[in-house]
Amino acid sequence: MTTSSAFKPMTRWQWAGLAILALTALFSLVAPVVGGDPLVQDLDHVMVKPSAASPLGTDHLGRSMLARLGHAARLSLLLAALSVLTAAIPGVVLGVAAAWRSRWTDTMLSTIADGVLALPGLLLIVLLTAFAPGRFWPFYVGLSLALWVEYFRVVRASAQSLLRGPQVEASRLLGFGPAYIVRRHLLPELFPLLRTLMTFGAATSVLSLAALGLVGVGLRPPTPELGTMMIELLPHYQEAPWLIAEPILILLFAVTGLALVAGEREFR
Amino acid sequence: MTVARLFLRRLVQALLVSLMVSTLSFFMMRALPGDAAMRVAAARYGHDLVTARAADAVRAELKLDRPAASALFSWWGDMLRLKLGTSAVTAAPVVDEVSHQLGYTIRLALASMGIALLFGLVLGVLCGLWPGSVFDQAWRALAAAIRAVPPFILGLFLIVAFSVEISALPAAGTMDSTSLVLPALTLAVGLSAGLIRVTRDALKSVTESGYFAFARTKGLSLNQALLRHALRNAAAPVTAYLSVQLVFLIEGVVAVETLFAWPGIGHALVHAIYARDVPMIQGTVMAMALLFVCLSALADFAILAIDPRRR
Repeated sequence: MTTSSAFKPMTRWQWAGLAILALTALFSLVAPVVGGDPLVQDLDHVMVKPSAASPLGTDHLGRSMLARLGHAARLSLLLAALSVLTAAIPGVVLGVAAAWRSRWTDTMLSTIADGVLALPGLLLIVLLTAFAPGRFWPFYVGLSLALWVEYFRVVRASAQSLLRGPQVEASRLLGFGPAYIVRRHLLPELFPLLRTLMTFGAATSVLSLAALGLVGVGLRPPTPELGTMMIELLPHYQEAPWLIAEPILILLFAVTGLALVAGEREFR
Repeated sequence: MTVARLFLRRLVQALLVSLMVSTLSFFMMRALPGDAAMRVAAARYGHDLVTARAADAVRAELKLDRPAASALFSWWGDMLRLKLGTSAVTAAPVVDEVSHQLGYTIRLALASMGIALLFGLVLGVLCGLWPGSVFDQAWRALAAAIRAVPPFILGLFLIVAFSVEISALPAAGTMDSTSLVLPALTLAVGLSAGLIRVTRDALKSVTESGYFAFARTKGLSLNQALLRHALRNAAAPVTAYLSVQLVFLIEGVVAVETLFAWPGIGHALVHAIYARDVPMIQGTVMAMALLFVCLSALADFAILAIDPRRR
């Protein structure tokens, strides 16, 4: 089997990013199990420094930071994976459709995509959260609605040039159907582009959830969520600076890992 | 020709986004729990003075008594004539509120853009003139690290550093001119980190080009060659980068204004959501989206003005 020219092996930096991501994922799996209940308060032991008994300390209400951070990281990563998939699938399908079908389909889909692009993603998410403040689904739907456009535009542009290529023409002349052409000629070329888009999309998702929590229109306390935790712990900075540092570090860990996997030029 | 087409594309975009926001707001008005007319009337006249008649008047005004399809068309019509209704909280016309807040947001955006351009362009040009030097490598590494940090975390860092640790600058409000410093700096740091890299790469590719070498060989000094040949050529990719960054500026405004209690349009949006003030939600989101489309159009035209090959 020949591999496509666009398919490059991962660089060292991308492996490092993958390792960072794996560590964050491991933390989000283990910490909720080890840390106990993230909601149980213990007002006799508030803002305890990290120790053997509570590895990451306790917050201003005596809740285990290990459990809270673990749950928050799990929520962020799961949401990122979920919204990336729900944005990528329609984005790719519609992108191929726009490149393949009549000019009319293309114009209509592209106009819709243009309209969505005119609304910065965070605004769309905030607008939807107004329907059901503090709930999970508006965030998820808003994020997917904002993110599919990226896949659509990239897939449409590269599918257009690929479909005009000689290899696709040869397959058509040999009598192969659309399913074969998509599988054999389009997807292998699109995969590296999709990988970059998906990692960027995951980073956008993690950051948007935290940004919304921080401004107070995201998930409601006491749900452990990175942005909400930051704004809850900011007033306690002077007594316990390590507390606010913990959610910030987890967030930066996840985002840096994703940026490295995406292979951002500047990190090379 | 191209100018007309670009203009038309942005115009269609503005129209589409207004329709989208207004349709979502329309359904929000009807979907939120409770009687919307009662809620608006209570906000307007006070909870003690709400009568069924007041609620009916509001219901007629907001077309809540009409079937959804016909009400949606007249809601769109109102939107196109910029009749955005009155805030459910302050009872002031949404257009007045939004134009007041827009002033604050534009001040913040201009200040952060100014700071970002100053630092980003100057450092980027210096790095690009001596690529590979220690100066270049150090700034590039720093910029890469900063670019990984989202604006709201930068904002937290700046609050902790300048307001808590050394008590030098106010962390919130608009008491005096120093209040603008931290929010503007928060947005500017992230923007300038990207600008440094793009400016450096653009300048590097120009100074390594054949026409730049020729300009130097024919006897122009470095300054002359830079002014006549390098800057305009490097300006095109930098402007293109800035136009892509506009999304992050608008998104950053929402988080940063709320974090620093800067009474701009992003702050107003977040408060309208707390209060479930649908007309204000519609007005603020629409204003920000239109601001974004206008700025994108300006960036399009700036790129055309800088680079005649694209016309």
